[in-house]
Amino acid sequence: MDRFLETFFNPVVMAKYAPDVIAGMGVTLVIAAAVIVAGIALGLGLACLRAYRRKIPNFFIICYADIFRALPPLVLILILYFGFPSIGIRLSGSMVLFIVLSLTLAAFAEEIFWAGFSSVEKGQWEAGIATGLGFTRTLVYVALPQAVRLAMPPLVNRVLAITKMTALGSAIGVVEILSASTTAQSFSGSATPLTLSVIAYLAIFMPMVVFARWLENRTAWKKR
Amino acid sequence: MANRPMLEIAALEKRFGANTILKQIDLKVAEGELVFVIGPSGSGKSTMLRCCNRLEEPTSGDIILDGRNIMGGTSSDLARMRLQVGMVFQGFHLYPHMSVLKNVTLAQRKALKRSKVEADARAMDMLERVGLAHKADAYPAELSGGQQQRVAIARALALDPKVMLFDEPTSALDPELVGSVLKVMKDLKAKGMTMLVVSHEMAFARETADRVVFMDGGVIVEEGTPDEIFGSPKADRTRAFLSRVSG
Repeated sequence: MDRFLETFFNPVVMAKYAPDVIAGMGVTLVIAAAVIVAGIALGLGLACLRAYRRKIPNFFIICYADIFRALPPLVLILILYFGFPSIGIRLSGSMVLFIVLSLTLAAFAEEIFWAGFSSVEKGQWEAGIATGLGFTRTLVYVALPQAVRLAMPPLVNRVLAITKMTALGSAIGVVEILSASTTAQSFSGSATPLTLSVIAYLAIFMPMVVFARWLENRTAWKKR
Repeated sequence: MANRPMLEIAALEKRFGANTILKQIDLKVAEGELVFVIGPSGSGKSTMLRCCNRLEEPTSGDIILDGRNIMGGTSSDLARMRLQVGMVFQGFHLYPHMSVLKNVTLAQRKALKRSKVEADARAMDMLERVGLAHKADAYPAELSGGQQQRVAIARALALDPKVMLFDEPTSALDPELVGSVLKVMKDLKAKGMTMLVVSHEMAFARETADRVVFMDGGVIVEEGTPDEIFGSPKADRTRAFLSRVSG
């Protein structure tokens, strides 16, 4: 037991490296927030565009969504970080992480919002169009609010899954939580900094998980 | 009915692939007239109604609203035309995420560009007319089917349409709720609204309609006053249909 505590909960190591891990939390939070905003905005935009059912844009949207949902983000991260400098594009680790995770989230968000649009009854569109709103205003005022509401629970789950992947930044030197902890682990020779990372991740993501559960429980839509 | 035609359907055809749904439909609805369309399911009567505001795109033919042909024209012409044609659906289709008042003001604000004050006032007038002013802040899910349908009528009326189209407005309602909707329609007729109604409410047709049109197999088989159609139908198909529905 003593050995377990010594390995994972060494108070001296904790005190020494806590500031590094807390700084890593800041980095994780900023990148995660940026990814959430950009990913959801892009995904929603693409889903709206797809609602117009134009063949050529939809072909590209579907290709994009399928490719980015299929590829492991780490592969793209390594290509952008290690491959792109050879063609003259040099991006910082944080930027690479932001771009890849945003594009991945957007691909999933597009599909989730699209599923939301698809479940809006045809009669809702007809009611909007028959009252002279036209397609775009029916989309914005009638279909979108209903689609977003339907999309919320799966979206929050997907946001969780993708923002956790900020840990992949440790592979390209972004000093987020995991990176700060593994560095501290090498210097101290103790596993305690990894415990710190667990605490840090729980502090950020547990509220989100609880929020997701709450959302799932309250989305029972009041139907007529 | 010497009045000028408010809505005119001329040589209307609708085909889905090889299927012809409507064949050479000609129908005039005069200003202030209530024309009632009956017929077996699959006769094309709902499709004809939905062609009148181009929710269903006619394959050929003309739809003339108050002297203006609504075929052709830009998409904004079409949206403007649709403002003048109120439509009431079998399934109500109220917006579930908006209050009753918002349901009635949305198109007034966003399509007619009325101010909030003006739209709210107009909406309350119309809700008053259908007897639901006290439900303005309720959500559709909190209303009965009959109440939802009356809100849907108010939503259409608030745009000051020239014609109202009713697509089986009472078919989805429990029998005890049908009367409240028919009463609103009767009141509309009394106030001079031009109406084209697809419905199975024969008693209502007999009492309120100026003219009854019987459709079968995508054509108008027969039309006349309620007394003519219900009292002494000429075509065999009409007789057969009426004996089935009066069972």
